Amino acid sequence: MLTLIQIELYKIFRRPRTYIAFGAIASLILIIQFGLKVDGKSYTDFLMKDIGGSMVIDGNIINGYLICYIMLQLLLVHVPLLVALIAADMISGEANMGTLRLLLSKPYSRTELLLAKFLAATVYTIMLLIWLAILALFLSMWIFGLGDLFLMKSSYVVLINQNDVFWRYAGAFVFAALAMVTVASLGFFLSIFAENSIGPIVATMSVIVFFTILSTLNIPIFNALKPYLFTTHLISWKEFFDLKVNDANEAIIGSIQNPQRIITSALVLLLHIVGFVGGAIFIFNKKDVLS
Amino acid sequence: MQQIVKVTDLSKQFKNLTAVNRLSFSVNEGDVYGFLGQNGAGKSTSIRMMLTLIEPTAGQIEIFGMDLSKHRREILRNIGAVIEKPDVYKYLSAYDNLQLFARLSGIKPTRKQLMEQLEMVGLAQRADDKVKTFSQGMKQRLGIGIALVHNPQLIILDEPTNGLDPQGIADIRNLILHLSRESNKTFVVSSHLLSEIEQIATRVLIIDKGKKLVEGNASELLDPTQTIVELQTFDNAFALQQLKASKWADKVQGHRNNTIVIKLDRREIPSLHTDLANMQIQLLSLQPRHSLEDYFLQVTSGNQHVDTYSN
Amino acid sequence: MHKLFFLVVAFQFSVFAHAQDMTGLVMKVKAKLDQVNDYEADGNMKTDVSFIKAPIGKVKIYFKKPNKFRLKKEGGISLLPRGGVSVNMSSIIATNDFVALSAGDQVVNGTVCKVVKLLPMNESSEIVLTTLYIDEANLLVRKAITTTKENGTYEMEMSYGSFAKFGLPEKVIFSFNTKDYKLPKGITLEFDDNEKALTEAQKLKNKKGRVEITYTNYIVNKGVADAVFVK
Repeated sequence: MLTLIQIELYKIFRRPRTYIAFGAIASLILIIQFGLKVDGKSYTDFLMKDIGGSMVIDGNIINGYLICYIMLQLLLVHVPLLVALIAADMISGEANMGTLRLLLSKPYSRTELLLAKFLAATVYTIMLLIWLAILALFLSMWIFGLGDLFLMKSSYVVLINQNDVFWRYAGAFVFAALAMVTVASLGFFLSIFAENSIGPIVATMSVIVFFTILSTLNIPIFNALKPYLFTTHLISWKEFFDLKVNDANEAIIGSIQNPQRIITSALVLLLHIVGFVGGAIFIFNKKDVLS
Repeated sequence: MQQIVKVTDLSKQFKNLTAVNRLSFSVNEGDVYGFLGQNGAGKSTSIRMMLTLIEPTAGQIEIFGMDLSKHRREILRNIGAVIEKPDVYKYLSAYDNLQLFARLSGIKPTRKQLMEQLEMVGLAQRADDKVKTFSQGMKQRLGIGIALVHNPQLIILDEPTNGLDPQGIADIRNLILHLSRESNKTFVVSSHLLSEIEQIATRVLIIDKGKKLVEGNASELLDPTQTIVELQTFDNAFALQQLKASKWADKVQGHRNNTIVIKLDRREIPSLHTDLANMQIQLLSLQPRHSLEDYFLQVTSGNQHVDTYSN
Repeated sequence: MHKLFFLVVAFQFSVFAHAQDMTGLVMKVKAKLDQVNDYEADGNMKTDVSFIKAPIGKVKIYFKKPNKFRLKKEGGISLLPRGGVSVNMSSIIATNDFVALSAGDQVVNGTVCKVVKLLPMNESSEIVLTTLYIDEANLLVRKAITTTKENGTYEMEMSYGSFAKFGLPEKVIFSFNTKDYKLPKGITLEFDDNEKALTEAQKLKNKKGRVEITYTNYIVNKGVADAVFVK
């Protein structure tokens, strides 16, 4: 099994396609960092018009922590595409290339093979997020320095003390990893049905775009549906960046407004992963390989 | 002689199509077993069932004396295969591909061993080139190298000469002959061209529309002095009855549609002709077939199959 | 209607009656504050505004005559009422251009105070009216209500400790009205279902904004570099 995982990882990381994702993330982040470094003031001025009405913000809100938050907010919506690029190709790509039949005539069970492939896709996804963390968080911390994290939500603003931020990012990245592995498992599931790479990649993206739009729409009849859409839960990493307040409306350092929401979302995502991977194994075990 | 493969009543049904229909055959140790049939005859489906890629609808496959459905892992460990096109990872080099599949087969060869393997299939010079730059023939040889890398007992080659030039075909043929003689390996080689098989096969199975047409020793089936003669008579039933009672009884192969098939030495044809006249058989036609290939082509392109054809 | 008329007249009468006295009192308070050329202090800042979630923050406060003031928060970001923080006692009565009118006595946190209405003479002044509650015995301003042209009305309540002799408070509570805050969800990329977000907002709503600063470790008249006031 370990050999299988090693081989699958070897295959992933020997493919040029794999590095597209790493390159895309790096270039996007570097461009955003450059833009904010050069012209960050006008960006935040634009955002803060509203709060300026009765309150002023004293100090420079642009620091490594805020930059990372902005980037996660922008990028985590698109990272699924990069995850799908590899995960949705795990089986279909081999079917397309013609290597699947040889692979499956080796002395491993299909369950083992699928698990190894899924774990390899998971490792890839996690490495992508580590890469994201290095660039979006650590590089930003280095370029822009540290400071309090000031966030604007739709109905309130949150100010998190500098020394209360880092662990939240740790939690957020772990959660984001779970969310992206869910995307990977969806792509993986879809990839067992096709003998070309494009179909499952496009299908995975379509499902995510479709569900995300449903999750974003504020139409009452869809609201009832939202808790059941996994896309609603993909962004629960944001919950790490909301504080509880006490009766004196004083934010409690080290608190999370809605820890239950994080736990619920994590469980929902885990269930999806188990469902997708389990489904893939179940169906694939019964499948005749004709590619 | 040990039986390596024993297939009994194997069937595969795809929705409306019966791809393989109650197929039985066996392969002995050291055989180069020629698996012949037109495209779509069911060869690939049978081979895929032997490699657990396709689940049989019915029937049994025993390999190395073990039931394939129960001992899949042990059996597959000892099989090397090229299935249809020799597809490998194009973005990897020949060497990397070979190493990868060696590890998948459970062995960890040294660089020297891998290079020797590539040498054997004539790819040592191109070991570090990416496979996407390879010609069809080189890919085919790499595929065979991969099938052999873990030193399996049974090697299954599905259409190994597809898309190759005459030189490539000859190379593969020589490689198979060499390996079967030198290291006593058992081969199952499928093809839709008899000419490719007849020079290497020790035994031959011909299938059509998923059914067995004939199975036998190649030396006998392919004996150039032996000829098939097809008779059409005014009354086939009477003719058959007369022939079975005569000295020709052993040579009568069978009867399909309105033709009687007789296998004999071509020098016996005049004598057969005389006897037929003596037996009052009213002959409509007597058509000698020159070789098994001729016969193979006819039976596999037509819609019929031989009722009984034993040797 | 009659009653209201009477009240207004009575109020105006009393204002004029004490007018002269009050300027003297304000000047005395000002003189006391003028002892301080500069100071720096540590502080804790607590922000209580309906739409702000902020923890208690450690701040450093710097002041230099005549009206340089800077509040620096550890971690760099502080949320302050607009125009509110520069509102410290010294800056309110920094000029001599005012009319001070008495509005009687009132008790602020157990201390009887003179209520003084301070009207700036300068028409272009940002401050429209300041009401000071002055503890006459100690020459300390206990409470100040400032109405500005642009930024509404601010209330400051001060309590004093060991630095009372300089007129420097131990604790200042700013109270002010806040405007509504709302950002479209499209910008914040929130998918939360509406219901929960609403209750969350409701819990925070309908409160007056308050910022509370507790001062400790005053260092008075030891010099403060101009550099700290540069943002």
